[in-house]
Amino acid sequence: MKAHLTRRYMFSASHRLHSDEMSEEENRATYGKCNNPYGHGHNYTVEVTVSGPVDGQTGMVCNLVDLDGFVHTQILERYDHQNLNTLSEFAEQVPTTENLCIAIYDIVKRGFDKAHLEKIRIEETLMNSFEYAGEKSR
Amino acid sequence: MVYLTRKAEFSASHYYHNPAFTPEENARIFGKCNNPNGHGHNYTLEVTVKGAVDPKSGFVVDLKQLKDVMSREVLDALDHRFLNKEVPEFFTKIPTTENLAIAIWQRLEPKLNAAQLHRVRVYETPDLFADFYGEA
Repeated sequence: MKAHLTRRYMFSASHRLHSDEMSEEENRATYGKCNNPYGHGHNYTVEVTVSGPVDGQTGMVCNLVDLDGFVHTQILERYDHQNLNTLSEFAEQVPTTENLCIAIYDIVKRGFDKAHLEKIRIEETLMNSFEYAGEKSR
Repeated sequence: MVYLTRKAEFSASHYYHNPAFTPEENARIFGKCNNPNGHGHNYTLEVTVKGAVDPKSGFVVDLKQLKDVMSREVLDALDHRFLNKEVPEFFTKIPTTENLAIAIWQRLEPKLNAAQLHRVRVYETPDLFADFYGEA
């Protein structure tokens, strides 16, 4: 039988929302306080949801050791205590949490083969959360 | 269609072990969860039902009936139990969070005649949960 498994992880990072395609005034109007040139930070919570048949031998969709290991080396080590604007994926993209969702989805989709990736959900604060489940579900 | 979710909590112990595996395989695959004396969790259960809102009552489901079924079919059987030794589903199946979600669905689904079950979500810890939608 098919089940979904969700694991939550946390990392802390800084960012600045600023688009080179907009004027200074437009950036300030669009991003408000998030446009502060010195940046600011968040404690992000990432939820990774995978799915698949529950293995009859282990009772698992996938072994959490494998999922935790992948997320720690490929996601948390990449983003924790970093300035997101300095990373290659945000060289030409604004590091909004929407774009961060897509970036993390792409890393997990490309590299994790032990279960099917359903969705990435990120809480930027307790009040804001974002989800990306790939294009086919749009 | 409106979805309604009811939460409940239960506390239980379990361990992960497959007699078809060698002791080394059990230790490697299940890690600390393989301790035969068991360990415990405070589980949070979320049961989501769906349906049209009844124009007379304004309800998707009679919440009291849902609570009663959850208490009788799930909480009475699982709360403060050693899942491997006291809950028949887990005499043969490993009581992972995934299998708990499936077992709870199978306990509730035939009893919920007034509402259509949509999802069973089981939190083993705040950072780990499994969802079952009744999919084959």
